[in-house]
Amino acid sequence: MVKFKLNGRDVTVDVPDDTPLLWALRDDLDLTGTKFGCGVGQCGACTVLVGGRATRSCITPLSSLEGADVTTIEGLDPNGKHAVQEAWKDIQVPQCGYCQSGQIMQAVSLLKDYPDPTDEEIDGVMGGSLCRCMTYVRIRKAIKKAAAALRKEEASHG
Amino acid sequence: MIKRLLAGAAAIGAIGGLGFLYYAWYPPIEPVEPPDRGSFSAEQIERGRIVAAEGYCAECHTRTDNGGGPELAGDYKMDTPFGAIYSSNITPDPETGIGNWSEEAFQRAMHLGVSRKGVHLIPAFPFDHFTKMTDQDVSDLYAYLMTRPAVHMTRRPNELPFPLSLRLLQAGWKLLYFTPGVYKPDPRHDALWNRGAYLSEGNAHCGACHTPRDFMGAEKKSAPYDGAVVDNWIAPPLNEHNPTPTTWTEDELFQYLRFGVAPLHGPAGGPMSPVPHRFLSTVPEEDVHAIAHYFADVDHAAEREKHDKAALARAMEQSKIDLVGPTVDPDAKLYQGACAACHYNAAPSPVLGRPDLALNNALWLDEPTNLYQVILHGLTAEEGQTGVAMPSFYNALSDQDMARIAAYLRRTRTTLPPWTDLEKKAAAVRKTITTIPVNSSH
Repeated sequence: MVKFKLNGRDVTVDVPDDTPLLWALRDDLDLTGTKFGCGVGQCGACTVLVGGRATRSCITPLSSLEGADVTTIEGLDPNGKHAVQEAWKDIQVPQCGYCQSGQIMQAVSLLKDYPDPTDEEIDGVMGGSLCRCMTYVRIRKAIKKAAAALRKEEASHG
Repeated sequence: MIKRLLAGAAAIGAIGGLGFLYYAWYPPIEPVEPPDRGSFSAEQIERGRIVAAEGYCAECHTRTDNGGGPELAGDYKMDTPFGAIYSSNITPDPETGIGNWSEEAFQRAMHLGVSRKGVHLIPAFPFDHFTKMTDQDVSDLYAYLMTRPAVHMTRRPNELPFPLSLRLLQAGWKLLYFTPGVYKPDPRHDALWNRGAYLSEGNAHCGACHTPRDFMGAEKKSAPYDGAVVDNWIAPPLNEHNPTPTTWTEDELFQYLRFGVAPLHGPAGGPMSPVPHRFLSTVPEEDVHAIAHYFADVDHAAEREKHDKAALARAMEQSKIDLVGPTVDPDAKLYQGACAACHYNAAPSPVLGRPDLALNNALWLDEPTNLYQVILHGLTAEEGQTGVAMPSFYNALSDQDMARIAAYLRRTRTTLPPWTDLEKKAAAVRKTITTIPVNSSH
């Protein structure tokens, strides 16, 4: 039995301690936006936020998340209009789309650490998120667009 | 003539033996009725709670295997080089705990390592540290323990082979290694330093894990805080031999001990994690400052920290090696895929929550043990930096993969010679993990 916060609400999941978070999200909590890619933490498709930090959910045991705050792609913004999601739509980043929720979650986390990321910083952080459609050029562009939007948002909120 | 010599030797031996028995013998102290809660003031119980937290009593006096046990009821399994031993029940249950111990008996146990019945306690109970505690602190601790819920629970028998199982022999150990006596303040240092030294050398018994032990299991007085292997982890050196490129300054130590993560060193993992999270986050902040202040002196931070700026700049350069621009090195690709999204950092300083491996103890120790432990276990949201978790790569990386990552990081993120036998060591650390953290076959 593990209790944690998921997209802002308290949830309790009763599964064996060694169950991966991704399994609980998709099979027990019906949040299928997070995808199964490689299953061994090597591709980034299953990335969610734990305590605001990008985390590979396919190899994170649910039991390690007691009391944690988990955000999935569904919880990023109530209307799906987080600045990163908006930039992704504007630039039409996805091709097949399978890796994109992981890419977006990783990008959100990147922008928290590096609000005005250089190409190097984007490469350094996003390098573990693979896209077999090779949308990398558009991902980089969308990240920069989202960064600008977020900085503007930040400035207007003062 | 020979007869007389033998008789003389026998007589000296007998006198020595009697002397030893005199030294070794302690009378039992009469049992008492468990003291009434009302006999302790609320203030004293609260002071005792702090003493208990600063000594981590619950950590070794609470069973963790077989699904765990009630707090302070003992039966915690300790694997020592001499055999497994199980801690005692220190709840106030009169039969199986310390409920019928008078305060006098408790003071004697803490200061001299002798049970109420007069039996020598095994030095896994670190009375060589607790002897330094003031009578007042021990008295407060007694008040706290005696007001905890009594738990009727008997521990498993120790698995020490004969003759180590003879408790009388513990007196011989004491004769060789044990210096009883309350901590004496060092007049060359100020009150904060002395408070830190009092806590660290005494109640907090830091040396119990961080000082290497000799073949008799005693802390080597010639190598205080030189680091040691404990529970299949390395307790790193806390003195000037600590190998991290940036210094453990007073502030870094404080952040680590209070919150479980030091910005320039990384999070507390493994057996160290409860020290901040379960204990030192619950005690007066000034005590944690005192401990940090003391160890900043033990590790000579003042002389070493002048190099920190350069070390940090170098680490930030190392952090991005192979992560920016095209990469062809397959080991670098493995690191990039598995680790770098969370561990990459850019100048000027690592982001909190992105533990930089070029700065982390785990890469700079003589063995890859801690690196492997963390890779295999990950970190829960309650360990290290609160609320943040690291996945468990137990099923994701083979021993060979881990060895490649370890070799690669040691080569590119430190200035130290390579580790040896990496794959074998990965398998050895993996073998120590009995509960596999994550299982994708559900």
